[in-house]
Amino acid sequence: MSVLTTPRSAQTQPPSGRKGARTPGARENFSGWANRHRKWLFAAPAMIFVGVLIVFPLGWTLYLSLTDSQGSVRAASEFVGVQNYLTVLSDVERFWPAVGRTLSFTGVALVCEVVLGMCIALLLWRPFRGEKWVRVAILLPLVATPVAVGMMWRLIFDPNIGFVNQLLGMVGIPGQPWLSGQDTALGTTIFMDVWQWTPMVVLILLAGLTSLSEEPDEAARMDGANAFQRFFFITLPLMMPTVIVAILLRGIDALKTFDILYATKGKGGGSFHEVETLNVYAYGLSFDYNQYGLSSAVLILFFMIIIGSMWLLTMRKKAVSK
Amino acid sequence: MTVVSENTEPQTVAAVPAKIAPRPRKPLGTRAYKVFRVAALVAVVLFLIAPLFWMLLASLKTNVDIYDTGKSFLFTPTFENYANVLQRNNYFVFIFNSFWVAFVSTALSLVLGVPAAYAMSRFTMHRSALVVLMARVIPGVSLLVPWYYVFSNLKMVGGFEVLILSHMFVALPLIVYIMMSYFDSLPLELEESAQVDGLTPIGAFRRITLPLSVAGMATAGILSFIFSWNNFMFALVLSGSKTKTLPVAIFDFVSYASIDWGGLMAAATVVTIPIMIIALFTQKYIVSGMTAGATKG
Repeated sequence: MSVLTTPRSAQTQPPSGRKGARTPGARENFSGWANRHRKWLFAAPAMIFVGVLIVFPLGWTLYLSLTDSQGSVRAASEFVGVQNYLTVLSDVERFWPAVGRTLSFTGVALVCEVVLGMCIALLLWRPFRGEKWVRVAILLPLVATPVAVGMMWRLIFDPNIGFVNQLLGMVGIPGQPWLSGQDTALGTTIFMDVWQWTPMVVLILLAGLTSLSEEPDEAARMDGANAFQRFFFITLPLMMPTVIVAILLRGIDALKTFDILYATKGKGGGSFHEVETLNVYAYGLSFDYNQYGLSSAVLILFFMIIIGSMWLLTMRKKAVSK
Repeated sequence: MTVVSENTEPQTVAAVPAKIAPRPRKPLGTRAYKVFRVAALVAVVLFLIAPLFWMLLASLKTNVDIYDTGKSFLFTPTFENYANVLQRNNYFVFIFNSFWVAFVSTALSLVLGVPAAYAMSRFTMHRSALVVLMARVIPGVSLLVPWYYVFSNLKMVGGFEVLILSHMFVALPLIVYIMMSYFDSLPLELEESAQVDGLTPIGAFRRITLPLSVAGMATAGILSFIFSWNNFMFALVLSGSKTKTLPVAIFDFVSYASIDWGGLMAAATVVTIPIMIIALFTQKYIVSGMTAGATKG
């Protein structure tokens, strides 16, 4: 194919039409212009795409959060100021419990995933036979479709026919209600999240471990430090930036978890809202109850929580990287 | 860190002696540790694989067998569930929809994302990169209401275009993020010497950098395909009866009064198997994509 920069192909071009404009001089001009502005020429399309799809909707959500819009976005709505925010912030039945669930879901899942992930990464760190197969096993949960994973766990945790209660029965422990229990549902969904996403933390931490230099570890060994001392005083401090990256990447997604919650408990996070996190709550307000004003207020607050926690983590990362 | 595939190579079984040889390490511990390590690894693998295996088993059982706890592992396998799901519920259409949306959105995102990532990497446009990466942070629901309103006014809801656009929104930040860390790791000298030899900057990008970035683009493309295939929330709102993707089809499966477990597990297997096969063959790309940018300071 013809390339802008080869004189050979320019000479064989027909002298008419748009391509005909590529006489040496004109070609030089266009090519020169493109090359001089390649920074924005390359970056602009993607940025405009994302900008149009984000900025306008976000602005609109902000506007909706200040109106009493409901039923249909097209229906007339009145400007009510910060009324929605006051309603939401004083709502102790749905909003604050949802905030609590979002934070405890994310917090507990993250702690489990990072601790388990670090243990598994350390197990995999030094080469061993059969490593290939372990790596395959780690990959599978990671790529499995979350909705299908939710359905899979629904069967496994089923109180009557589920495999988990069968196993418990074998060792004489009475079956638990798991997903259908008011107190156990959230914990069960956290377990699912840990099953699916610990592998991602393992991969990130393992990449970090392999890029560590061996000298500090070696030196500590010479000085007679045992394995635990070497891990807590040498490896872990060196790994902190990577750990924080893992928490950051995983945390953003954990806060926004929707698929497995909606797939296992349906609308409103179950009949008692057992697993209703902010994302599920906002989705329900928007698409099951059409309370656009309220849902927009919830979303803006949710967004602020996400940005806030990211900012805290980035600050922390800068502190430990020094 | 380099995103290049070679990254995982030294750890394969064959390469072990070569890696160990130059500096023989004192073994990490005693015999007891070795036994513990093997046991722990087996436990990890079982923990990760067993649920998937259970799903596969259940998809091969009749519903009577699923309810019979005596037949957990010993039963007569049947493909009836798959036949039901695939034929009666038209899953071939959903499979095609999922594939088409994932394929087109990935391809378009690569076209938009790779040059952008290049510019952002070479000119260190960190603030611009932040704009694109913002798309990963924002909760999807907050975009869905305005999108739904605009696209339904344009009579686009229920069409492929709007689904593809929404999935590009997921794919693009991912591709930009992965490709930026890839371009960061490519030496600048290659392009510079190409320019000394008479190529324009854009020419050097097309002739030198792009061909060298095939592995990075494969990484980004495969991951974005998987994310799009697995995406549920956007399709739940924006797909119509003709464009329904597999995750939504599976979700619809449980809205009936009593759950057909065998059929549901067959459907769940149908959606996960293709993506797992892709993952098995592209393992090293997925690993490098998941860990892209994680280890630089």
